[in-house]
Amino acid sequence: MNLWTVQTLVPLPVLVPLFAAGLALALHRHERAQRFISVAALSVAVAAAAGLVVAAHDGPVVNDLGGWAAPVGVNLVADPLAALMLLISSIMLLCVLLYSMAQGIADGDGRTVPAARGAEELRRTLQAQDADADESGRRDVLPVAIFHPTFLILAAGVADAFLAGDLFNLYVGFEILLAASYVLLTLGGTSERIRAGSVYVVVALLSSIVFLLAVGLVYAATGTVNMAQLAERLPDIDPGVRLGIQTMLLLAFGIKAAIFPLSAWLPDSYPTAPAPVTAVFAGLLTKVGVYAILRTQTMLFPHDEKLEAVLLVLALATMLVGILGAVAQDDVKRLLSFTLVSHIGYMIFGVALATEASTAAAIFYVVHHITVQTALFLVVGLIERRAGTTSLERLGGLATMAPGLAVLFFVPAMNLAGIPPLSGFLGKVGLLEAGVVDGSVLAWILVVGSVVTSLLTLYAVIRAWNKAFWQPCPDERSLPARAPIPLGMIGPTAALVAVGVSLTVLAGPLWKYAERAAVMVMDGSTYVEAVFPDGAPRGTGESNEVQDETEGSTP
Amino acid sequence: MIVLDNVPSGALLLAVGVLFAAGVYLLLERSLTRVLLGFVLLGNGANLALLLAGGRAGAPPITGVTDEPMSDPLAQAMILTSIVITLALVAFVLAMAYRSWQLHGHDEVQDDVEDTRIARLAVQDAPSYADSDAEEPAVTLDVEAEATRDEVALPDTAKATLPDTAKGTPPDTATRPAAAGERTGGGEDA
Repeated sequence: MNLWTVQTLVPLPVLVPLFAAGLALALHRHERAQRFISVAALSVAVAAAAGLVVAAHDGPVVNDLGGWAAPVGVNLVADPLAALMLLISSIMLLCVLLYSMAQGIADGDGRTVPAARGAEELRRTLQAQDADADESGRRDVLPVAIFHPTFLILAAGVADAFLAGDLFNLYVGFEILLAASYVLLTLGGTSERIRAGSVYVVVALLSSIVFLLAVGLVYAATGTVNMAQLAERLPDIDPGVRLGIQTMLLLAFGIKAAIFPLSAWLPDSYPTAPAPVTAVFAGLLTKVGVYAILRTQTMLFPHDEKLEAVLLVLALATMLVGILGAVAQDDVKRLLSFTLVSHIGYMIFGVALATEASTAAAIFYVVHHITVQTALFLVVGLIERRAGTTSLERLGGLATMAPGLAVLFFVPAMNLAGIPPLSGFLGKVGLLEAGVVDGSVLAWILVVGSVVTSLLTLYAVIRAWNKAFWQPCPDERSLPARAPIPLGMIGPTAALVAVGVSLTVLAGPLWKYAERAAVMVMDGSTYVEAVFPDGAPRGTGESNEVQDETEGSTP
Repeated sequence: MIVLDNVPSGALLLAVGVLFAAGVYLLLERSLTRVLLGFVLLGNGANLALLLAGGRAGAPPITGVTDEPMSDPLAQAMILTSIVITLALVAFVLAMAYRSWQLHGHDEVQDDVEDTRIARLAVQDAPSYADSDAEEPAVTLDVEAEATRDEVALPDTAKATLPDTAKGTPPDTATRPAAAGERTGGGEDA
């Protein structure tokens, strides 16, 4: 097999971070080596994803892993949608990694755990270091020995979920990234994080079980979990069974994407994590859920107007409930968590309309939202560092204290609220246009709801802006006396803000690409054609000599 | 396409149902250990369902050995994967429950801070956030999170006057071998 084909790129974003995670864990005593490995691995992932974006433009790139043919073997498929998501998430992960590294270096990398010399001694050392950390007021200590490998595993899981060519691999990808996220959320095992983590973990476990059961049902109903085969077989099965399966998948992904009735876990669990972790979670994990909804609902299942109507109503509820929650918050992190929930509604709106234009707009919106939401959370991390708090009651005077920070906050905040000409505006206009073209009563209600949500978002971020940056500082004494924010933290944040702005400049080509991705996902036949070339029942793997395909497997 | 005898065994189907019912019941408990047991039951139920999805048991799935219909190896491969995943997650939840016990002397899942706060404000019929001109400084969520972090150990009367207890000594310091948790909340007060 020729190694230098474009197919070789497909597994790289999964494999490289996984190997690097193992290596980083083995080298946990050598922090420099660890840092180098992590950055190198994620840079390779970014490069591979960029290559895939180019390669997938003309059609999905398929890799049958280990040479096993498609319906039985595991295959990874990079179609334009997956490649685009992969690229933007890899860039974002790399930025957050650099940010967290600068934070770690500035804080002296927290606790350095000595080699185990008996539990008692270890505990005493840790306690001493805890007391030490307490005195210097460091709250976001990231134990780097654990943080880097876990972060890399998260990256691998996300990539696997995007590239998965079958439902079970999607499940595995979800589990990889969720397991890593459990560790990241409860990092350090402090009281607050255990409290928030318990809720998060239990909810995520439940959603995984629902997903697993749905995979079982899919297999029982169709005899396959391969997405290309499912796209062909699902339209033919009993509509009642299909609706049941579709609803269960929607339920499982809905919990992960935080759609309204299933979103209550999010605003309480995200803000307690360290700033870089929250940024990754907010930017990425919910979007993986949205991606899974987009993939399954549009590609696998035929149109179902009733379910689409339900999704529209849920999208509206997600938007409004989320943003009303955000308006009532007095903590910037929680406020942003609520806007996150709210804006998931926009993406679901696009998916639920189920036209090519709306799906393209939803894809564009996902890309925009990943960068903007992450950038905002990183900026809030900087604010917390400068002012010692994220409570809007205590913040103040930041515009004069840190004008650079003000710019870094203002641009993505306006982008989030959808002020023209920024990319948030373009994404929303695309969605509204698709809604108007649809023309049904429900779609019009959604259009109005979107505009209202957009205005309320503007209100929420302006309120945060006024209180944190413009009001005089309520209590000067509470400000921590600290060294200036390390450049290594500002750099990645500024880079992400710049990526967010560049989405506006590059909106034309990006929108074209999103449209192409939407057409391929909606149609599905190019995907099937790529996995099973020339209508063959099997993929391009080398296990063709098996005699009878139906024998032994369920019909 | 050959139609195989694919009717699942009734006993197994019933077992799936029972496992799911018991699992959901336990998942709704507050103690993490019980939640964990619930998750284990649910996981086993889902695995059993996957096994049923593979159809009836048959000959070993090795080609060329027998002419009988073979078992479906794919379903079993998937179950194997999901068993391993469940094992890892069980280990993690166990560690989390143990850490919770270390910190608090129990492993109950605590209430959402925001929920308790809103419930209290609703009883007082007060606005959800303080006006910036108001004289009383508002209690931030950080302070509250610290106060509510051990609601199970707090007596009911203490809960009613949350902000005051924020700086009080936590009740059962003896059962807290590691003091790491103490340093998170309320850092701005100093």
